[in-house]
Amino acid sequence: MIQRRGKLLPGQRDEGLGPNTEIGSRLRALYGSVQEEVVPERLLDLLEKLDSAEAAQRMAQRASDQE
Amino acid sequence: MAENSSFKREMLATLPSLRAFAVSLTGRHDKADDLVQDTIMKAWAKQDSFEMGTNIKAWLFTILRNEFYSQMRKRGREVQDSEGAFTERLSVHPSQYGAMDLEDFKKALDSLPADQREAIILIGASGFSYEEAAEICDCAIGTMKSRVSRARVRLQELLEISGEADYGPDAVSAQVTTHSHSS
Repeated sequence: MIQRRGKLLPGQRDEGLGPNTEIGSRLRALYGSVQEEVVPERLLDLLEKLDSAEAAQRMAQRASDQE
Repeated sequence: MAENSSFKREMLATLPSLRAFAVSLTGRHDKADDLVQDTIMKAWAKQDSFEMGTNIKAWLFTILRNEFYSQMRKRGREVQDSEGAFTERLSVHPSQYGAMDLEDFKKALDSLPADQREAIILIGASGFSYEEAAEICDCAIGTMKSRVSRARVRLQELLEISGEADYGPDAVSAQVTTHSHSS
């Protein structure tokens, strides 16, 4: 588990949280394990519905504008 | 038409990271997904207040975080009491942390005060700058920096990482003066 720690380049901002630090690498590993999961269908569906509802509304609006 | 589709696209691109942040706040996947769902609804309703081309990720994180805290308040619960994987209280037995693995790390992270935990996650994992993180948490940049720094020192203590070589003299002296774990 021990990783080689990155050396800081001059001027590089790193408060001990870079990807090669003990803490930084583990923060990223934990976070990344969730981030790499497939986004649940219900969340994607919701976005899709919101978007198409709005598109339909705009179409209706446009149609009534033309009348 | 085009604007809205791209709004959706940008939201889609941010969802994985937004979920990860939500899990870090709630400690549970089901609650995190409920929170993300509420966030999508809120964000969609107020998309007019978002300027395309600006930082949608920070904007969404702000909405999610506000939503989380307002739900907690409504339920009259302390953030520290939030259910889930990160609730187990640690008593400090430094010798256990010689070989640090992710499970130990998770526990250590969970033992941090909520404001410090979210600070170190936003900076160290979500990839925000101090400025962005301060905006998300509605605090001064200096406050954000000090939260991150305290969180880091605390994690070093808990996980027995020697700070000397890698983190510079500030971290080491802070480590010495930080009070030992109580409660």
